Amino acid sequence: MSESVLIRGASLLGAERADVYVADGAIREIGSLSRSADRTLDADGLVLLPGLVDLHTHLREPGREDAETVLTGSRAAAAGGFTAVLAMANTNPVTDTAEAAERILDLGRDAGLVDVQPVGAVTKGLAGEELAELGLMARSRARVRVFSDDGKCVHDPRVMRRALEYIRAFGGVISQHSQDPDLAGPSACCHEGELSGRLGLPGWPGIAEEVIVARDVMLARHTGSRVHVAHVSTAGSVEVLRWAKAQGIAVTAEVTPHHLLLPTDLLAGYDPTYKVNPPLRPVEDIEALRDALADGTIDAVATDHAPHARQDKEHAFVDAAFGMLGLETALSVISTVMVDSGRLDWAGVARVMSQTPARIAGLEGHGRPLEVGEPANLTLVDPSAEVVVDRDASVSLSRNNPWHGRSLLGTVHATLLRGVPTVLGAALV
Amino acid sequence: MSPDPNPAGAEPAPALGTDVLPGRVVLDADDIARALTRISHEILERNKGAADLLVLGLHTRGVPLARRIASRIEAVEGQPVELGTLDVTMYRDDLRNHPTRSPHRTELPASGLDGKTVVLVDDVLYSGRTIRAALDALSDLGRPSVVRLAVLVDRGHRDLPIRADHVGKNLPTARAERVGVRLEETDGVDEVRIRDAAPAHQEGPR
Amino acid sequence: MKKHLIGIEDLTAGDIGTLFETAAQMHDVQRREVKKLPALRGRTVINLFFEDSTRTRSSFEIAGKWLSADVINISAKGSSTSKGESLRDTVLTVTAMGVDGLVVRHSASGAAEQITQWVDCPVINAGDGMHEHPTQALLDAYTLQRHLGSLEGKHVAIVGDLTHSRVFRSNLLSLAKLGARVTAVAPPTLMPAGVGQWAAEAGFATSYDLDEVLPEVDAVMMLRVQRERMSGGYFPSPREYTIGYGLTRPRLDLLRADVPILHPGPMNRGLEIAPEAADAASSLVLDQVSAGVAIRMSVLYHLLAGEPEPLKPETIKGV
Repeated sequence: MSESVLIRGASLLGAERADVYVADGAIREIGSLSRSADRTLDADGLVLLPGLVDLHTHLREPGREDAETVLTGSRAAAAGGFTAVLAMANTNPVTDTAEAAERILDLGRDAGLVDVQPVGAVTKGLAGEELAELGLMARSRARVRVFSDDGKCVHDPRVMRRALEYIRAFGGVISQHSQDPDLAGPSACCHEGELSGRLGLPGWPGIAEEVIVARDVMLARHTGSRVHVAHVSTAGSVEVLRWAKAQGIAVTAEVTPHHLLLPTDLLAGYDPTYKVNPPLRPVEDIEALRDALADGTIDAVATDHAPHARQDKEHAFVDAAFGMLGLETALSVISTVMVDSGRLDWAGVARVMSQTPARIAGLEGHGRPLEVGEPANLTLVDPSAEVVVDRDASVSLSRNNPWHGRSLLGTVHATLLRGVPTVLGAALV
Repeated sequence: MSPDPNPAGAEPAPALGTDVLPGRVVLDADDIARALTRISHEILERNKGAADLLVLGLHTRGVPLARRIASRIEAVEGQPVELGTLDVTMYRDDLRNHPTRSPHRTELPASGLDGKTVVLVDDVLYSGRTIRAALDALSDLGRPSVVRLAVLVDRGHRDLPIRADHVGKNLPTARAERVGVRLEETDGVDEVRIRDAAPAHQEGPR
Repeated sequence: MKKHLIGIEDLTAGDIGTLFETAAQMHDVQRREVKKLPALRGRTVINLFFEDSTRTRSSFEIAGKWLSADVINISAKGSSTSKGESLRDTVLTVTAMGVDGLVVRHSASGAAEQITQWVDCPVINAGDGMHEHPTQALLDAYTLQRHLGSLEGKHVAIVGDLTHSRVFRSNLLSLAKLGARVTAVAPPTLMPAGVGQWAAEAGFATSYDLDEVLPEVDAVMMLRVQRERMSGGYFPSPREYTIGYGLTRPRLDLLRADVPILHPGPMNRGLEIAPEAADAASSLVLDQVSAGVAIRMSVLYHLLAGEPEPLKPETIKGV
C-alpha cells in the first residue's frame, strides 16, 4: 500500500480546477474534496497533466555508464516530469536481442523512477544490413513495439521495406533517423547553409533528411505499416509529412525541444555543446516546426536526450560527439516556446508530450485521461515559475547542456509514478 | 610602471595648436641652433674631418637633429656626410611593459657600418637605457670602428654607465620634472621646455 | 589589437596597417647579415601542429627565432580524433610546460578558437580546417600591396577550390578590409554552401566563368585543388578542371599586362596553374614566401612582445 496523495486545487490540463485524490496507484476521486490524505499537495496555480512520455531517450547503459546510467537517466526523466521514457537501442552492446531488451526493462524497474521501455534495433548491431530479432524482442517480457537504428538511418530501402513488412505481425513501429548518409560527407557536423559555408564546417543539407522522409512515407503506404519520423528538423520534412497525412498514410513524427528553439547561428563560436544530429537549423525551419507541432502535422515532442562524458565534447567541433541533454528542460522549453506564445494550450501539451507519444509507443497506463480509475501517472506543472537553467544543477551525469544560462518559463513541480511521488517541490524525492 | 611611450624622459609634444603649454622654455630656437652648430664643429674636430663619418639619428627626434647636424657638417666641409636612422624599439629592455608599437625604419647607407665612426644623435639623455639599446642594435648591424654620442640635452639621472661625447646643454633636473623637446620638423616649433610632471602622469626612472 | 589572432575577423583595417608597417621593417631585417632581433628574448613559442605543414611551420619557426624566441615544434597529428586524447587535454599538457605563445594548426575548423578558452597565452591560428588562415591572407595582401601600391578599389580574382579553402575565407575578409573587390571563381560544386547569400552580405562577386573574369582583374590568386576532391564528385577529371579553371598559358593572354599572379602553395603545376604562369615575371609566388616570415615576425612581435592593451569592451557580433 503506497501513501495516498491529495492534490488540492490543480487546474486539470490547464482548464477547470479540482482536487484529485490518488491512492493505490490510481486516481480515486476528482472534485471538490473535503477528505484528507497521507500527503497533501497544494496545487494552487499549478497545472495537472498526465505523466510525460519521451519517445526518444539515450540512457547510455550498457556501455557508457560514465555518461549516463538507467538510474541517473531515470532521475533526469522524473525531474523533467516524465513517467515513461523509451530507451534508444544504440548502447554497447546494442539492444538487438530479447535478452538485451529485458535487461534494460529490469534496470528501469530497479531504478523505479519512470517506466523505462526499451527500443529495439531494426538491424543487428545497427549495421543496416540484417534484421535484428524483431519478433523475439516483441515477444519478450519487454514487449518491444518501437524499433529504431537511431544514430544511424536505415538507409538501404530493401532493409527498410522488409522491416516495415515484418513488424506488422505484432503492431510495431519503426522510428527512423531520417538522414541519407550519401548526401553529405562523413565528417558532416552541422546544417549546410550560409553559416557552414562561412565557418568552413562540413554540413548536411536539409534535403538529406527530406529524401528519406519522402521515401519512408511511400514505403509506409506500400507496406501498410507504421513509420515514425524521429526528430524532424526541416520545413521540407514538414511539407512531406503534411502531404502524407492528407493521404492517410500511417506516419507519425516527433520534434525535439532544441529544434524548436535553438537556431544554427549558435554554432558561430564552434561550441560543441551545440553539435547535435540532426543539426540545429535556421529560423525558417524552426518556425515551420512550431507551426507543424501546433497543427498536429508533427504528433509529439521527444527529447533526444543524449548525454556525453565531458571529454567526448572537448574536441574540435568536427571531432566532438553529437547530442545534447533534454529530459530535465523539455517541459520548460515547450511551455516557453509553445504555451507562452499561445500556439498550444496545456491540453495541447498533454497531447504532444503524453497522450500521443504513449499511443505511438503502445504504452498502456500512460498518456491516459485525468479520470477516476486511471493510473496515477501525473505531472504537476508550475506555469508561471521562471527558471534560469544551471547545468551543474542537473541530476544527469553529463553536462552537455545547451540550455545553460537560458531563462525559461514553466517548471515541473511534482511527478507521480503510479501514485508515488518521484518529484516534489521541483526536487527529486 | 606606467606606460611611457617616449624614450629618455623626453615627453611627447602636445598637439599643434595648443595655446598654452605648461612649464618654462629653457632652450629657444636660437639656443638650439647654436648648440647644434657647436656640436657639429666638435664632431668634426674630434674626428679630424668628415672622413668615414656616419651621423645616425635615433627615432623619433634624434632623426631631424641628425639631419641638421649632417647638413651643418656638409656646409663646413663642402662634401656630403653619411646619414642614417636607427630604431631601437626591438632592443628596449622595457618592451614588455608597454603595448607594442610598430618600429620605425632603420636606414643605413649601402656601405654599412663597418669601420665607420658612428655618431648617435638623440634629443635627451636621461637613464641611458635608449643608448644601451642603440649600442646593442648597432652590434647586430655591423662593426663600427668608433661610436660616439651627441645629445641636445643631458638631464642627468643615469641608470647605466653611459655618457655623451657632445652635449648641447646640461640641464640639471629633478626626477619628477619632465623635459619636453619640440622640433620644427615634428612639432612645428623649436624649443625645449621643463615642467613638473603632472600628478596623473607618473613617471618611473627609465 | 586583440590578444589572439584567430581570424582576419579579429583585426581592424588599422591593425592590418600596423602589422604591415612592422612587417616592412622585418623584411629589412631579413636582408641583414645578423637576422636577429631581441624582442622576444626569453619567450617560448610552441608551434602546435595537429596537421602536417612544412612551409607554415617553418615560416613561423624562422619568424620566432629571428625575434630571439625559443621555438618548439610539437606535432600532435593523430591525437585529433575523437578516439584519442581530447583536444583540451592535449592543449593543457602542452601549455603546462610554460608557454608565452601558441601557434596552432588543426584540420578542424574552429579548433584555434576553441583552444583560446583553455589557455592564458595568445593563440595564433596557423590554419584551422576550412575556416581561416589569417597569416596567409595577411602575407598575400602585404605582397599585393607592395606590388600594387594600394589595394583600394583593386579587383582581385580568387580561383579554385573555395569550398575547402581557409585561404579563400581569410583573403576574402582581408581584401575587403583593405578596400579591394573580390570575384570568387569556381565550378558550382566547389563554391561554399550558401555562397549566394554570403556574397550578397559580404559584398563579393561570384562567377563560374574564368575567361570572363580574367580581363577585368588587377590580380589573380590561384588556390590549390586537391586531386582527392574528384572522389567526392566535385569535378569529373583533372583535365576538365584545368581546361575550365586552370591558369593555363593561353589564359595568360587574357590578363592585362603585368597583372600579378599569386598562389599560396603548394602548387599543383599543370592542374590549377601552368608552369608558364607560376614562373611568369608577374608571378609573386616567391615574394609571398619571403613576406610570410616578415608577416609572422610582425604578428608574433605585436601579440607577444608587449604588455596587452587594456581591455576594451568587445564589439558584440551581430547574429
